Amino acid sequence: MAVPDGTAAGPATREAPAAPGEPSAHPAPGADPVVGGSADADVIGLGRARAIGFVAPAMLLIGVFLLFPALWTLYIGATDFELTGPTARHPDVIWLDNYVRALTDPTFYNSLWLTLLFVLGSAVIGQNALGFALAWSLRGVVGWLRRTVETLVLLAWILPSSVVAFLWIAMLDRGEGTVNALLGTEGFAWLIDYPMVSIVVFNIWRGTAFSMLLYGAALAAVPPSHLETARLAGSSGRQTLRDVVFPHIRGHVLTNTLLITLWTFNDFTPFLITAGGPGRDSEIVAAYIYNTALVAGDMGYSGAISLLVLIVNLALALLYLRMLRRRGVRREAA
Amino acid sequence: MRRKLPRGAYGLSGLALVAALTSGCLGQEQGSEPGKNEDAKEFTLTIASNAIKGGKNAEGAAWIEDWVIPRFVEAQKRKGVKATVKFQPSGVDDENYKSKISLDMQSGKGADVLDVDGIWIGELAESGYIKPLDDIVGKDKVAAWDGWEQIPESVQQNGSYQNKRYGIPAGTDGRVIFFNKSVFKKAGLPDDWQPTSWDQILDAGRTVKRKLPGVVPIQLNAGTAMGEATTMQGFLPLLAGVGGQVHTDGKWLGASDQIHQVLRFYHQIYSGKLGDPVLQKEAKGRDRSFQLFAEGKVAMLLEGDYFWRSVVEPTQGIAPMKNRDSEVGYALIPASEPGGGIRGQDFVSMSGGGARVINPKTDFPQQAWELLQFMNSAEATKAQLGGGARITHRQDVNAEVLRNDPMLTFVSERVLPLTAFRPGLAEYPEVSLVLQEATLAVVDGTSPEDAAADYQAKLEKIVGGKDNVTSG
Repeated sequence: MAVPDGTAAGPATREAPAAPGEPSAHPAPGADPVVGGSADADVIGLGRARAIGFVAPAMLLIGVFLLFPALWTLYIGATDFELTGPTARHPDVIWLDNYVRALTDPTFYNSLWLTLLFVLGSAVIGQNALGFALAWSLRGVVGWLRRTVETLVLLAWILPSSVVAFLWIAMLDRGEGTVNALLGTEGFAWLIDYPMVSIVVFNIWRGTAFSMLLYGAALAAVPPSHLETARLAGSSGRQTLRDVVFPHIRGHVLTNTLLITLWTFNDFTPFLITAGGPGRDSEIVAAYIYNTALVAGDMGYSGAISLLVLIVNLALALLYLRMLRRRGVRREAA
Repeated sequence: MRRKLPRGAYGLSGLALVAALTSGCLGQEQGSEPGKNEDAKEFTLTIASNAIKGGKNAEGAAWIEDWVIPRFVEAQKRKGVKATVKFQPSGVDDENYKSKISLDMQSGKGADVLDVDGIWIGELAESGYIKPLDDIVGKDKVAAWDGWEQIPESVQQNGSYQNKRYGIPAGTDGRVIFFNKSVFKKAGLPDDWQPTSWDQILDAGRTVKRKLPGVVPIQLNAGTAMGEATTMQGFLPLLAGVGGQVHTDGKWLGASDQIHQVLRFYHQIYSGKLGDPVLQKEAKGRDRSFQLFAEGKVAMLLEGDYFWRSVVEPTQGIAPMKNRDSEVGYALIPASEPGGGIRGQDFVSMSGGGARVINPKTDFPQQAWELLQFMNSAEATKAQLGGGARITHRQDVNAEVLRNDPMLTFVSERVLPLTAFRPGLAEYPEVSLVLQEATLAVVDGTSPEDAAADYQAKLEKIVGGKDNVTSG
């Protein structure tokens, strides 16, 4: 299960060395400098050996906690290793068989499809929209109301997953659940009949805080004079949003969407609520990997799937970095 | 340039790490040393069990923590040895517990003495996680234990694989149909109900449904969420009731007529609204079904005597029934029709049982063996019962304690002679899973024929082709 953690940390750690003053220090950030001109590039005068000494601890940590698990997954994914049984004792290297199996396995595509629905429904649409709506409606509000709303939304975000999952199970319970008691739908099994809707709503509730905070900060950066001008010009609320507010926060929307997409893609909490069930009806990728590896004991196969998921994550992370860079360049130009 | 160097460095260090760590890391093996630390004056052992105070198998956890550990430590102290024994409790589904201990042992760690289900022995042995007792503690030491002669041969199978002892079995059990007598009374059914065919079960179910709307007539475990409980309490007793066994003469049973019959029975129950399909799919469906039974909302339920001992038990059960002895009835599971069961029987059952094994990686094999013998002494076995009763592995103890409990006497006298065991083979858990999937499909409305065909296809993949599958 190193994959979600490893990749979630990926963009952050890779972003760090590149961020400070990057566009000005390197005219062409994407291109690698030519090897050999070390003396010219050694601005600080550390020398190669000492430079290595400085970065070695950090690189060792990255190697041990990011790179090694990824390579280890690659290795396991090329074997028929299982948690129990004869292949637990003598695993054979079967090279690409697991990948062939994954790419022809309907249950894998099922989990990808469910993950897509989950990410689109709960993050891209749900958290984005609700987070912005909250930030927008709170923009002029100060005092206890704002603090109360923010606290409640934040609380959903910071509580431990297991606690929250337990609360939701109790809330959606068929016999004595709060939701059924409120709606008068005694005996309605939400988690069995609508498992995907349940985890999408759950994740919107759970993760909106981040979007709300980010949009809150972004909206504060919209110059009040622009809003005032728009108001005097008689623009409607929708027109103001579209023509005045949105151009200012476009970059934030992108950043927010990409970040919550990455997190939601790797989110394991829905497993705590539905365990991927009933059957495979809510088996998003994170749950699928867990079920394959630890419940079915099929380590090799789940290693291969993890690596495929890792590649999807890397693609998303690269997309994110590229967009950050483009924004940086644009800001430099402005 | 600042960026170029480290990248190369971290790539290299990563590769070097992988090369160093992967060489023979998966599936490595070591020889055992029975004599390791034999004369240690101080040792530490850990016991793992799927039992926890205030939760699952609470009385088993209490026995280990409050009886076994203090007394064993005391006994060692008298010998001048400082023993520390820890208990590692769990309170989860059996499948999760198995994953947990497998992961522990896979990484070369884990408790020294572990409670396992007898049916996992083959799988764990094939994995190399457990070894024959003879190898771990020495042949003569194992043979010297006087407890073996108290354990019947059929029960010893629960701790054995390929005729080698891997652990000491911990009792056995049998399956019956439990029914709620007050519900039956309200529905006008007799309180000494004993069906002699599947049709009579369905008839009783229909009566309950007609007279008592809101009560689930029959809880027959189905689906994957219930795990092994579906196979053991549902599918296999029914299969035995049509004369079938899942593995005979070296071959696994494919989509035969018998499998069809069992799945058709599932279909009759769940399409006829005699069972609750949703309950079979809920993550905690089995516990819920216990609760509903205790509340009088489930009329009939197929379970092992575990249900009597630990679920509806008036004081420590997880769904206690104050008047258990007068409220809960039990009947033998009938064959589909008289004489239709395995060996031409009129009634059938299935049995299993746990075992305690020693982790081959233990630092103190001799001390672990001592602890294991101590836990299986007549005195300890009696203490485990704590005044209650269960069918233990020791005949001397059974003779004494079963008298007190009519239900367990019923199991030991009427059920055990009829019973059958699961095949202790490494493939069994996977076969069990596809059987569960077949029942889930039927509950979801797939036709029994389609579900059986799907089972056949999956079975062939698991057991290595058509040659290892029979059609009945």
